[in-house]
Amino acid sequence: MKARVFVTLKPSVFDPQGKTIADALHSLGYQGVGDVRQGKYFELELAAGSAEQARTLASEVADKVLANPVIESYRIEID
Amino acid sequence: MKFGVVVFPGSNCDHDAYHAATDVLGQDAAFIWHKDTSLNGADVVVLPGGFAHGDYLRTGAIARFSPIMPAILDFARGGGPVIGICNGFQVLLEAGLLPGAMLRNRDLKFHCEQVFVRVEQLDTPFTARATMGQPLKLPVAHGEGNYYAAPEVVRELEASRRVVFRYCDARGEVTDAANPNGAVNNIAGICNEARNVVGLMPHPERACEAALGSADGLVLFTSVVSALAHDGAVPTV
Repeated sequence: MKARVFVTLKPSVFDPQGKTIADALHSLGYQGVGDVRQGKYFELELAAGSAEQARTLASEVADKVLANPVIESYRIEID
Repeated sequence: MKFGVVVFPGSNCDHDAYHAATDVLGQDAAFIWHKDTSLNGADVVVLPGGFAHGDYLRTGAIARFSPIMPAILDFARGGGPVIGICNGFQVLLEAGLLPGAMLRNRDLKFHCEQVFVRVEQLDTPFTARATMGQPLKLPVAHGEGNYYAAPEVVRELEASRRVVFRYCDARGEVTDAANPNGAVNNIAGICNEARNVVGLMPHPERACEAALGSADGLVLFTSVVSALAHDGAVPTV
């Protein structure tokens, strides 16, 4: 099974990279773009018998390694 | 006494720390490879600056799982003095020995320059010989030194006097202009609750001789030598 893990800074944490990208887009004339938040994306190949097992495993890995809970949160999608 | 300098793949200030301990201070020192599992009798542990494991994933995130880390956690929990400098500070944050996390510098630039930090606490093994409020001139070299912790954690750090160093100007005034990276409350360094584990972004080990532009960093090392001598752990120097 495959898991996709999206890690982003928590809404309360300032993202200077996202802000810089938003500023650049605005200077290119994309006034329709509001706030931009930059994150990380991981694809995990998992040995799991069910989507539920895969989600449990992916969550454990995200909690322990992929995301830092002090500043980041994550979202998981399972194929 | 013996300094143990931990070496991760990508550490690049390990030799500076070793030089400060041996050539400048006249103490013993040994490198400890990150795959070792023993501190080999070190009296004080230095986690040096650099880019451990290429800073992949997050700064310090992979180093935290190195085989040497359980020995460092045991040593720290037993009250042994541990100092994390720059990347070493980031490793201590990821390992949970100190609270908080590092964000990119607010201007997204890598800052390589001399800054001043004010000594805010004297009751840590690394600041016992400093003077309260003393500004130290130290170099910084980092892209992710923007210290962040949740507001309630910062309040707790301040209330329990665990902010050890704060970015300031040459006169010791804490100003936003003197903050190189946007760190909350100008925090440059903190300690744990037991006060034996200290992490800071500036590099005291690169400021131990006047020829290097400043010898202000020496006080951190003389402090820990005298703190250990005072505890009777090592002979007086």
